[in-house]
Amino acid sequence: MGRCILFVTTDQQRYDTLGCNGGTLSRTPVVDQLAAQGHRFERCHPSSVVCMPSRSTILTGQHPSAHGVWMNGVPLAQSAPSVAEELATAGYRTALIGKAHFEPLLDPFGLFAENRLGMTGAYSEPGPWFDGTRGPHRGFDHMELATHGAAGWLHYSKWLQQHHPEAVGMFYRVLDDDLEVSAAGGGDTGAPQAHRNEIPRDWYHTDWVADRTVAWLEALDAGEDFFCWMSFPDPHHPWDPPSSEVGRVNWRDVELPAGYVADPTDREAILAAKPSHWSRWYRGELVSNYEAPAKWVPATLTADQVREVNALNAVEVELVDEAIGRVLAAVERLGFADRTDVVLTTDHGELQGDYGLLFKGPYHTDGLLRLPLVWRPAPVAAAAPSTVTRPVGLVDLAATFLSIAGLATPSYMEGRALPSSDEDAAARGFDAAITEWDSELFGVSVHLRTVVADGWLLTRCDPSTVHEGTEGELYSLADDPLQRVNRFEDPSCATIRDALLERLAAHDVRAAQGAAAPGPLVAPV
Amino acid sequence: MATVRHHVVIDVAAADAWDLLGNPRRAAEWFPGITSCVVDGATRTVTLATGLSLPEELVTVDELQRRFQYSVKMPIVRSHLSTLDVLELDEASCCCSYAADADPAVMALVIGGAAALGLARAKSMLEGD
Repeated sequence: MGRCILFVTTDQQRYDTLGCNGGTLSRTPVVDQLAAQGHRFERCHPSSVVCMPSRSTILTGQHPSAHGVWMNGVPLAQSAPSVAEELATAGYRTALIGKAHFEPLLDPFGLFAENRLGMTGAYSEPGPWFDGTRGPHRGFDHMELATHGAAGWLHYSKWLQQHHPEAVGMFYRVLDDDLEVSAAGGGDTGAPQAHRNEIPRDWYHTDWVADRTVAWLEALDAGEDFFCWMSFPDPHHPWDPPSSEVGRVNWRDVELPAGYVADPTDREAILAAKPSHWSRWYRGELVSNYEAPAKWVPATLTADQVREVNALNAVEVELVDEAIGRVLAAVERLGFADRTDVVLTTDHGELQGDYGLLFKGPYHTDGLLRLPLVWRPAPVAAAAPSTVTRPVGLVDLAATFLSIAGLATPSYMEGRALPSSDEDAAARGFDAAITEWDSELFGVSVHLRTVVADGWLLTRCDPSTVHEGTEGELYSLADDPLQRVNRFEDPSCATIRDALLERLAAHDVRAAQGAAAPGPLVAPV
Repeated sequence: MATVRHHVVIDVAAADAWDLLGNPRRAAEWFPGITSCVVDGATRTVTLATGLSLPEELVTVDELQRRFQYSVKMPIVRSHLSTLDVLELDEASCCCSYAADADPAVMALVIGGAAALGLARAKSMLEGD
């Protein structure tokens, strides 16, 4: 018997929403305890700030420019590398329960396996593997899938339609009549994508993901090794947790987040000092991507709407924490606890009021970039708890899982097994994390490259329909933790700026083994 | 309204590519997700892998220009026109272009995106890979 891996992801969760990271709005005792027992990372960055590229990075161990999923709506190639294939080959039982999203959700032609599995009620179908063989789709011998509501063909939607059809219409309607991400407001404040959802808690997708994970674990033999990716769709918008739970956090009592700038004049001045796409989106003059409602103008966001969104988000985070606790109890009851590593993170962050903005897009500051990451090694490993402050990335997770399983890192993976401490990180050269953004949608393109290193955060705006290619952002993380003062053009910062630009240039020309061509954009998301 | 265009160069004679891509009855051979299609005069009904049935109007089937155009007719699609052109490059190669114009804009992305995968499949089929 080897070590088992329970890999827990949420969707679109900020670093500061966990108690162990200083958050005060949500109660997250389960994750806080895991952090106290294991390694808590203070600067984990995604390779992309939207779902499909970021999740593909987690699976492949490659940056988007290598795995080919350069924006949402681009499917990960069927035969792309997969850490689940590596683990299955080594004898692991493998499952992904919850949100996968390596393939587009909007799929009327039925092109993609994730939707087909839900449609047919199957949990696996054969597909081509990266090593040239065939096996279960992407290496998971069990895929039981969900997304943010009851629409579509995924397993959760079908389950709800079959067993609780009266609840299907209770969720927020994510797409409007134009099939765009809806800007419709709700809740008490009219905040976009806020909604009162009368669904009973135990029918909600958070509890469903935990229920199905427990059921899968219960079907294992005690001596088996498993890799289980439990993937919660929350706290991604829409913010529509079960109404029965909303009273946990009264939005009227919520303090405005530190990143919010209350005075519109100050806010607009901060945005004006950033590259032009920030202000243009804020004023409703630019729609560069599908991830935020196209018809919503950020400048209309009120302080009370920020409070309510943060409150609803906090409720969703608490429900996830309790669901994780329930699954950990099952791991214990089934006898896996001593040899199970638990890794918890998310795919990207959420602006959640920073600079008066919500949702996500080509806005590379800490709200979207700085992610929660906790790794509680299996108790049998007897690892010393630690806090890791050096930069790491989601690109490092695949290699970490293989390391836990005692397997070497394949040459196609660009990440490395996570460090267990700052000393380990320093010895192994963990000193930077890189995030990419590429989007081309209806005549609007944006291309960004971002690096965090040496206590600085730099973004380079490459030529696009929005940027000339000379713009950028540079922030001192120590002096300016909310990234309000853009020092890209500050002569006194030229040395650090040029050094960070050199790091990005090296990333641009790196030789990524097994790199795929950029895939086709076939759907909005 | 939005427009999306994809193209592929195929190393076969334009006439051979047109035989496949310009024949409304052969869509299921190359367009992914179409499981069957029935042509009745100027109307084609395609059935998708999801079970959806799409009625379409055949707007243009022009063998001389090698241009095929059709329009999906269903309530959720306020307007749509797809245009497939096969352009001869030389005796042994051609450029096949597929453009989707649609309202809502998302439909242009979805129909055009599926067509992009279809063009890649057609290239593979016709070049014998």
